[in-house]
Amino acid sequence: MPFDVYLNVAVGGLLTGLVYGLMALGLSVIFGVVRVVNFAHGEMMTIAMYIAIVLFSALHLDPLIMLVPISAVLFCFGYALQAGIINPFITRPEHSQFLLLVAIAIIIINVLLIIFGPDAQSVQTSYSYDSFQIGKLIVDATKLYAAAAALAVAVALYGFFQFTAIGTAIRACADNYTGALVVGLDVKHLYALTFGLGAACVGAAGVMLVLIVDVTPSLGPAYTLLAFVIVITGGLGSMPGALLGGVLIGLTEAMAGLIFTPSAKSMFAFAILVLVLLFRPQGIMGKKAA
Amino acid sequence: MFSRLFENVSRRALVLLGVLLIGLFGAPLVASDYLLTVLILILYFAYIGQAWNIMMGFAGQLSLGHALYVGLGAYTAAALYVHFGIGPWLGLLAAVPIAALAGAFIGYLAFRFKVGGVYFAILTIAVAEFARVGFDHLTWTKGSGGLFLPVAQYAQSDLWLLRGKPVMFYYILLVAVVLAFVFCRALLQSRIGYFWLAIREDEEAARSAGIDTFRYKMIAVVISSGMTSFAGVIYAFYYNNLFPEQVFHISRSIEIILGPIVGGVGTLFGPIIGAFLLTGMSESLIAALHALGIDIPGAKQVFYGVCLLLVIMALPDGIWPWLSRRIGLSEREK
Amino acid sequence: MTALLKVDGISKRFRGLLAVDRLSFDVPEGGIFAVIGPNGAGKTTLFNMIAGVYVPDNGTISFAGNRIDGLASDRVCQRGIGRTFQIVRPFPALSVEDNVIVGALMRRHDVVEARAHAHEVLRRLDLYDKRAQRASSLTLPDRKRLEVARSLATDPKLLLLDEVMAGLRPTETDRIVSILKELNRDGLTILLIEHVMRAVMALAGRILVLHHGASIAEGAPADVVRDQAVIDSYLGAEDI
Repeated sequence: MPFDVYLNVAVGGLLTGLVYGLMALGLSVIFGVVRVVNFAHGEMMTIAMYIAIVLFSALHLDPLIMLVPISAVLFCFGYALQAGIINPFITRPEHSQFLLLVAIAIIIINVLLIIFGPDAQSVQTSYSYDSFQIGKLIVDATKLYAAAAALAVAVALYGFFQFTAIGTAIRACADNYTGALVVGLDVKHLYALTFGLGAACVGAAGVMLVLIVDVTPSLGPAYTLLAFVIVITGGLGSMPGALLGGVLIGLTEAMAGLIFTPSAKSMFAFAILVLVLLFRPQGIMGKKAA
Repeated sequence: MFSRLFENVSRRALVLLGVLLIGLFGAPLVASDYLLTVLILILYFAYIGQAWNIMMGFAGQLSLGHALYVGLGAYTAAALYVHFGIGPWLGLLAAVPIAALAGAFIGYLAFRFKVGGVYFAILTIAVAEFARVGFDHLTWTKGSGGLFLPVAQYAQSDLWLLRGKPVMFYYILLVAVVLAFVFCRALLQSRIGYFWLAIREDEEAARSAGIDTFRYKMIAVVISSGMTSFAGVIYAFYYNNLFPEQVFHISRSIEIILGPIVGGVGTLFGPIIGAFLLTGMSESLIAALHALGIDIPGAKQVFYGVCLLLVIMALPDGIWPWLSRRIGLSEREK
Repeated sequence: MTALLKVDGISKRFRGLLAVDRLSFDVPEGGIFAVIGPNGAGKTTLFNMIAGVYVPDNGTISFAGNRIDGLASDRVCQRGIGRTFQIVRPFPALSVEDNVIVGALMRRHDVVEARAHAHEVLRRLDLYDKRAQRASSLTLPDRKRLEVARSLATDPKLLLLDEVMAGLRPTETDRIVSILKELNRDGLTILLIEHVMRAVMALAGRILVLHHGASIAEGAPADVVRDQAVIDSYLGAEDI
């Protein structure tokens, strides 16, 4: 195969990886603050995907335009989920939290199945087949737009945590739960807010992935797993780490699909995960525990 | 070790156990074919749940990838039978060590490199998923096309080759569940059981009490994975077909652990109660929806998910700790 | 008396903070040795190095003539050093009896034998009547005694006690002091970190004062409390 085939696939993988990174960012933010592993992460993403599909097929609203409103819906969903159901579980053992979120995931998958049926659906925009050519490099327009939007959302989230009062308060909660209670922060509200933000992230990623992949109700678990792999690879709790992990995994999957066979590509992602867990358990960008 | 097995067991508990056992041994006499298949499923999950519970409930190591050991057991025994005509009981001699070795591999990597908690759980998923995709491409076991066992004539049951009627599998699984229960109780009352509970409660404090935690966690993983592979062998010879997408899938791993968590993690009756409740609930839901003429794919699972949600919210420690208090059994009998 | 525990020039640094600085001392066999000092002086770090939680950056630790620095904490316990934690860590969901049986099983393979030994230890620490309770339901003084019991059940030659008197009422302190004296009479060597000077003065045969990770005084209790450097850095105006 000529070199430019590799290059094109690599760039495609890199762009998709940024969207993966945004999805994983949601998981990372939730775990970093609330200390709950969101086993319904991919399922929450499929909710956003179906909203985008419905809006597109019924009202011809472009998913990229609906990015913010759909993320807002997911934010509310995440907020309500944390405040209403998950909050009593934050002090319970991991297996208990796991079961709770698995139950939520089962409900989401099957409600979507009842409403939309098992068949794959997709969004065909006017730019679905557009591409940009730079020399020998051909870049899909959808992937480029999606990656740009993912970066923009990630930067906005980073700004929120660094420069706003609420963002600072959330970081304080993550660092020192008891301390946050002592100084009078409304931890329950902040946790719900964080869960909402994580949901909004994965929602935004879902809206962009709609442009790239076909959607079925059972898509969730695979993406939940993918998000785990990325977050651990990049470093749990590190925002740049999640994006970097996403790019790394996106790139690996694309290259493995090209060189070996597409059906084996997830093996390579898991192999990377195992290596990272063994040799750098805190992840590529994670801080070493004291 | 077995002379102390019934120590601290009240009369009430013994009577309950006796009634349960007689009921289960007599069940095939009255059960319809359909009910028998449901009971087989229940016993299957009760057995694996017991095996999983050794790792999580006793030693505190959360495995979310037990489908790996089921799959390895199933594929090893099935492939040996298909390729060389080696029967399942001899196949066990290969299946159990292979699964135990896989468990030891995961355990060694995780415990040596101090991968714990959530990370350990995700490592177990990752290895199971790795195996799923790997077996999809393994031609010796027919890859994603599926491995099929020759289906037997059901005129006579062959216990040695496990070819026969469902009732044979029922009794095999029932004996396995009883043995697993007795084995787990013996483990819990032994030195190793005390060490496991100590590790589960507080690993650092356990180490400072002189416990070689690495060693005892390894033992837990090896026993649990080896035990689980037996269920895989039965699975292969009961269903007669194996697909990596089904056997190794993460949803299989989740199915395995729902029972013991709902029933009560770390308890001996939890996995059994959980299996009865969840499988029973799911089957009666199918029947109820069928009777009502409702045929919506997903409706059953939504209801199932809601029930799961309610159970875990109402009884965070599971059903058995609550139930055993209600029927007046003591703390030690959990 | 020969030294049972010999600490020789050990240091430990955490990201630029020198927690323990070239510290040396000997704990004589059969003695009660106390380490005192203000918060942050490096006392718990010192304990964690002896108990095998941390490996010292420099220096050596010997127990009964053999090096133990660098051994994992379970090996250290098997050599005969028991410990308690400053923030108590009994196994919360286990009964008081089972907590102690875990310790007793280290040197015993039979559970019945271990249970008998556990009962003996529980009686000594006034916990026998509470043996069926869950550890998490105990009061703080009881949980502290339970930690001592679990540790004692491993039959240590040396017992490391990390602030077992903190938060106890004077009568409870006196009770633990008398229990420890009794154990010491039966041959147990004790190394304790303690803030409660009343207990230290009643128990210790020798005191070491730690300040910023280094020893500023070591000697008999009566001498140490009159040492000007000790008064300035730690005891201050406290009534002794």
